[in-house]
Parts: sequence; C-alpha cells; structure tokens
Amino acid sequence: MSEHVVSNKLYVGIWASLMVLTVVTASVAFIDLGPFNTVVALVIATLKALLVVLFFMHVKYTSEKMTKAVIVAAIFWLLLLMVLSLADYGTRGGRVSAQVRAPAVMRFVG
Amino acid sequence: MATVAVPVERDNYINHEYGMRSWLLTTDHKRIALLYLASITFFFFIGGFFALLIRLELLTPAGDLVLSDTYNKLFSMHGQVMIFFFLVPSIPAVLGNFLVPLMVGAKDLAFPRINLLSWYLYIIAGAIYLHCIIVGGVDTGWTFYTPFSTAFSNTKVIEAGIAIFIAGFSSILTGLNFVVTIHRMRAPGLTWSRLPLFIWAHYATSIIMLLGTPVLAITLLLVVFERAFNLGIFDPTRGGDPLLFQHLFWFYSHPAVYIMILPSMGVITEIVACFSRKRIFGYSFVAASSIGIAVLGFLVWAHHMFVAGISLYSALIFSILSYLVAVPSAIKVFNWTATMYKGSITFSTPMLYAMGFIGLFTMGGLTGLFLACLGIDVHVTDTYFVVAHFHYIMVGGAVMGYLGGIHFWWPKISGRLYPEIWGKIAAVTVFLGFNLTFFPQFILGYLGMPRRYWQYPPEFQVLNVFSTAGSTILAVGYVLPMVYLIWSLRYGKPAPDNPWAAAGLEWTTQSPPTTFNFDETPVVTQEAYDYEHIPAPPLEVAL
Amino acid sequence: MSDSPAALETAHNPQLRHHFSDMEQQTQASTFGMWLFLATEIMFFGGMFLAYLVYRYWYYDEFAAGSRSIDIWLGTINTAVLICSSLTVALGVKAAQLGKQKLLVFLLSLTMLFGLAFLAIKGLEWYDKYEEHHVPGYSFSAADLIEKYPQLHIDPRPEQIYFSLYFAMTGLHALHMIVGLGIFSFLLYKAIRGTYGPDYHTPVEIGGLYWHFVDIVWIYLFPLLYLIDRKPLR
Repeated sequence: MSEHVVSNKLYVGIWASLMVLTVVTASVAFIDLGPFNTVVALVIATLKALLVVLFFMHVKYTSEKMTKAVIVAAIFWLLLLMVLSLADYGTRGGRVSAQVRAPAVMRFVG
Repeated sequence: MATVAVPVERDNYINHEYGMRSWLLTTDHKRIALLYLASITFFFFIGGFFALLIRLELLTPAGDLVLSDTYNKLFSMHGQVMIFFFLVPSIPAVLGNFLVPLMVGAKDLAFPRINLLSWYLYIIAGAIYLHCIIVGGVDTGWTFYTPFSTAFSNTKVIEAGIAIFIAGFSSILTGLNFVVTIHRMRAPGLTWSRLPLFIWAHYATSIIMLLGTPVLAITLLLVVFERAFNLGIFDPTRGGDPLLFQHLFWFYSHPAVYIMILPSMGVITEIVACFSRKRIFGYSFVAASSIGIAVLGFLVWAHHMFVAGISLYSALIFSILSYLVAVPSAIKVFNWTATMYKGSITFSTPMLYAMGFIGLFTMGGLTGLFLACLGIDVHVTDTYFVVAHFHYIMVGGAVMGYLGGIHFWWPKISGRLYPEIWGKIAAVTVFLGFNLTFFPQFILGYLGMPRRYWQYPPEFQVLNVFSTAGSTILAVGYVLPMVYLIWSLRYGKPAPDNPWAAAGLEWTTQSPPTTFNFDETPVVTQEAYDYEHIPAPPLEVAL
Repeated sequence: MSDSPAALETAHNPQLRHHFSDMEQQTQASTFGMWLFLATEIMFFGGMFLAYLVYRYWYYDEFAAGSRSIDIWLGTINTAVLICSSLTVALGVKAAQLGKQKLLVFLLSLTMLFGLAFLAIKGLEWYDKYEEHHVPGYSFSAADLIEKYPQLHIDPRPEQIYFSLYFAMTGLHALHMIVGLGIFSFLLYKAIRGTYGPDYHTPVEIGGLYWHFVDIVWIYLFPLLYLIDRKPLR
C-alpha cells in the first residue's frame, strides 16, 4: 500500500505551531483591535484547523480527490446555511435591541 | 412453459439460510431491504389510519368525531409517521438497498454491517415513536414549530423529537453507504455515464441525506434540550427567535421532499425506458438534473416561511430560487415524455403507475410554482391548496413511484410474478381514488379553507365529502397490492430471470438472486438502456 | 482479479471482507466513509453555529459579558490539551503504519489520558458556572454580570441565551469526546492484541480522523465562546 509516512519532526513542528497560535490568539484577545478582534481570532482558528486537516489528517499527502471534494462540499454547504439565513436576519431592519419583546407572562409547561 | 410442477427451487438469498437469527443478524443487503419493506409497510398503515380518521372528522363541518386536541394530534402524527417512517426510507431503504449493489455489479453495499445498523436504528426510532403515540402523541404539527413545541404543548414532544432524531441517523447511514458504494464498487467498465439513472437518482438523494439530515438532528436536539432544561433559545420572552427554529428546520425539511421524490423519479426512468423499449431520451440531462435538484433544493427553504416574519428581501430571493428549482424537475418530465414518443408502449402495471406519476407529479410541481409566487402564497399558504400540492407530489408522485417500482422488481425480489390483472386494477383504483381525494382540496384551499382546522364553514362540506370518499377508494387501492403480492409469494407463477426483458445488471442475475449476487463480477461494455439490442419479451409475460 | 501476486497476497489478509475485491478498495472505502461522516458532523455542529451567529449579532453585549465570565486560562489549557492529543493520535497512526505495536499502545493510552484531562477541566468549568448561577433555567441570574460590567448594556433575559449555547455547544462537544474515548478504548484493546500493523491499520486511521475532527470543533469553539470581548473596559 503506497502510504506516505510523515516525519516525526514535521509532526512536532505542526504541534509547536498549533501551541504558539493558541497562545497568540488568547493574548491578542486582550488587545483592543475593534471589530478586527473577531477577524483575527477566526483567521487564527482557521489556520489551526488547516494545519490539523492538512498534516495530522494527511489531506496534504492523499491522492484521493474525493477527500478534498467532501471537505470543500461540507464547508460550502455550511456557508450556504449561514449566508442564506443571514439574508433574512441581515435585512430585517429595526434596532437590534428591539428583538427582545416585552416580558409576557409565560409559564413554562414541562 | 411448465404449468403443473413447481420447479426445483434454486439456491437464493431467501432460502439460503433459515431462522430468525439469519434474518435479524443478516448483512445481506437484499434481506435488509425486505426487513425494511415489512417495517415501512407497518408504519404506512399507521399513518394511513390517522389519515382516515382525519378524513372521517372532515366529513362534517362540525367537530363531532374527535376532540380538537385529538385532531391536532392526528394531523401531526399522520405527517410525522408518513414522512419520517414511510416516505423518507421507502424507496432508498427498500428498492435502493436491494438494487444498488446489483445495478453496479457488486456483491453487497460498501458497509453491510452499517446497513444492518441503519435498520436497527429505524426500528428503535419506530418503537419510541409508537410508544409516544400510545402515551398521548404529539400535537405540534409535523413541523414542531416553536415556541408552542418548546413551551406550551402538553404532549410528548421530547419523545417524538428523540424518535425522529434517531430515524435521521438511520437515513444518514443509508446515504453514506450508497455514496461509497457508487463511487468505489462499480463493476469494471461501468463508468459514470453508463450507470442506470436509478443510481444517479439515489446518488443525488444520498447527498441530500448526508448534508441535510444532520441539521434536522441538531434542530430537534435543541428543541428537546429547550423543553427538558428550560433553555430559552427559541423563547421570545427571553430574546429567542422562533424563526431561527424554522430556518434550521426547513433547511433540512425542504431538501427532505427531494429525498422523497428523487428516488421515485429514478424508478420512473427505469420503468418508462423498459416499457417504451427505448433508451431514455437525454441521459446526461436526466443525470445532471438529479444532481441539480439535490443542490438547488438546498437553496429554497424559506419559501415555507414567506408569511412567518422573514424580511421582504430574503422572501424575494427565496421566491426566485424556488422558481429555479422547478427547472430540473421539468427537464425530467420532458425526457420521460420524449422517451415514450414513438416508443413501443406496453401498459403493464408498472407503466400505469409511471404514467400516473408523470401526470400527477406535473400537477403537483406546477402548483408548487403557484406557491413560489409571493402574491399567491400570501393567500393560499396554510390552506388546503398547500395540502393538495404536497400530496400530489408525495402521494401522486412518490408513493406511485414506489408502488410501480415494487411491481417492476417484484419478480426479481421474490422470484414470483404478481397477477397482472389485479395489478392493473389496483393501479387504476389508486389513480382514481387519489384524484378524487386531493383535487377537491385544491379548490377548497383556493376558496379559503385553512389546513389543520378541525371544523370548517358549512359551504365547504360538499368538496370535503368528495375528498373523504376518494380516500376510501384510495385505501382500497393500497390494500389490494398487499393482498395479491403476499398471495403471489405462495401461489404466483415462478418468475423468469428477466420477465420484462429489461436492461440493467440486476436482470442478469437469477430471480431471486443468490446471496452474493453474481457468480462472476460482470464486465460492462454497453451504455445503459441498450433496448435497441434487447428483443422485447413475449406478450404473455406482460399480461 | 486473477493470479496476480497482489490477489494472492490479499487472499491471505484475514481482514479482507468478502464483498471487497482487495484491501486497497476496502481501505479507500472505509476512509471515504469516515470523511463523509465527518461532513455530516460539520453540518450537525453547523446548525448550532448558526444559532450562535444570529444571537451574537443580536445580543453582542450579553455575549461579551458571558464570554468574560468563563475562565480563559482553563479554556486555553484545554485547547493545548487537545492539540497534544492530536499529536499523539498522529504519531499513533504512524506507529501502526510502521508496525511498532508497543509504541502504538502507549500513544493510544496517552491520547485517552489527554481526552480524560480535557473532560475533567470541562467539568470544572461547568461546576463553576453552576455555582455562579449561570446555568440556564429557574436558578439563572445575570445580576452579577450586570453589576460587574456596567459599561456593557446587559439585558438579563437574552443573557441566558449565551449560556444556553455555551452549555449546548460544549456539552455536545464533550459528548463527542466521550464517544471518541469509547472508540479509542476499542482501538486500544485491539492494539494490545496485536491486530494492527503495516498490512492493516485502517481503524486506527479513521479513528484518528474522528478525533482530529473533534479537536477542530474545539479550535473554533474556543475563540467563539471564550474570546468574544476581552479588551480592557473603560
């Protein structure tokens, strides 16, 4: 079976990168970057996820096209769910805080 | 042909082994298909029983047969049983499980034990749901809308939610098995463009099962958590949005209707080609349109929410997308019709079901376009117009495709021929009963009769009486095949290996097939539907 | 499939299931199947991520307060624990590839220890939330947060939604961890019995894929739940 064996050095290197990125993302959270805090956090998370997918899950070394197709499809479908839902939530208008209705008396029925 | 002596029965998947254990612990895809056949038929009759009670109540304008709360339970459970325990599994779990390995020339599906697990998950889910029915049932509508389901309903929402959650995983595993099998286990020479369109249809269906069902699973789980732990995610008084539930729910439940219709379309394609003795017109268009339906079907879900409170702009987007999704479906109708044109038609039972499908599906599909139009939808949503629309597709379409497929492949599955004359009688009964039941409902909805109502204004009674009368005829049409198909198991004529002289690898095996399907892995050199080179069967077989 | 050496070799591989023509088909099918399953898991968690998205958009201040109320250092440690476990899993698969049975057993055990450590820390965090009356339901109270963060406009009613999602998301993740531990117990048992080697280690590989996926879910949960708003408040 032709299987690519990854070197221990590479595995440890990826592990070290993941640890560093974790420390970075936690530390950067304390710095005020305005709206970019969220962007930076998600970019770092995506970087970490990529490292795990490509190296720990061997996607970089696989000759299987379907593996990559499945990953892309799943991410695409997830984005579909989010983007089209946001088409509704993003265009409803009105102040966001108006979403909480006045407290009706609502008895929870178990 | 010998008519007296019963021929010596060859070794096949049914007689290969006897005993409960050999059936309940089987990994043979054909036996699992039969296990599913028995189970979904059972649930079909439960769902049908609820339907009959609904139609009985609606004979009169007053609410005089059952209490209003009971009526709420009846339509809710009719929907949930029919959708989750009958329609979604029906063709894929019965005909798909049986035929996919045969059609691709494989000995079994890729994961036979997971196939068995899939059936057991279905049974566990069914048992939980049965228990739920017995201890009081559920009254939220099949759609579990919040906050009624999470905070106000006094019925067994958690149980029903858990049951359907588990049934969802049964569905996911079936889809997973099909995708891997179709990708990896095709016989030598069986390229993608030579696959039967039944396989393409099941491939598209499996994509939907894999990508859509998990969202239903998490949605139901959140409803269960909210009810059990008083969470507040869908509770408006705590800032929750009931529409979030609807978005999540319909993200699955709209593609789910394509799970229910695509396999049926695959069946119809096989039947139409065989009984027109012609290759299917526009093979690549039919294949591509199956995938197109699967993909586009995920883009239209909020058309169930046009009047629920979504923004006007998103309503516009979803309306346009809903028109788009009709295109691939229409392409199929054109292709079936073009296949029949100048074909050599035999009006066998499966062909009668197929022709009924084409007409009724077209009506159901066109009325879907009415509903996609925002202006019309405002008036007819939540009326019997919608009820008629989806029953035309689900019953006039999917169920007729299922019955057509059962009849078409019955000789292969059971090794027996069903009595053709009774087959035709049942098919015509179903068609007539169906139209009498549901056509009046289009009119009722258009005139304003709301759905899910236990009482109605007296001026709607005549049409309701027609509808109920039709439902009893429809019921007869469904019971007939049960009777004669079971009869045929014992007394039917033994079937030849290919009674219809149909194209397809499954017809090259014996009827019924051996446990491992093929003695030698077949090698495919022809395109699918090579009817030019297959002589038509002798006339007597088709009668 | 006739008299080729490959066919003879696979005819002897006791792990070949009869409906596959050779080990390569079996391995490819199994791996493909696991990736498809992971795709369904992406959609499964994705539904909750949508809920999170919508409510964070609507109730940013409440989410910010909720995020500040959970322990960032426990979260960071847990992230590190999972990353270490992913390393041991990857090394474990390699050990199986190279036939190093003892190393494989050691690495699988280490992975499970990391998994248990993660769950223990998560349990600690949950207990903290319980003590602070941040568990949604009847005993929920956001009074402490409103008092602590006057700069944020906190409405106590949707504050509960942050915590509902916190518990739902971390709870479901923990459930997947527990299932992962179950899978790895099975792998450990088989590894001790010497089932895995260069000729057959597919279960270790696909078990590893599952574990890595659970790690990736946490990689996203960490910033989304813990790091919403940590900047110094004026």
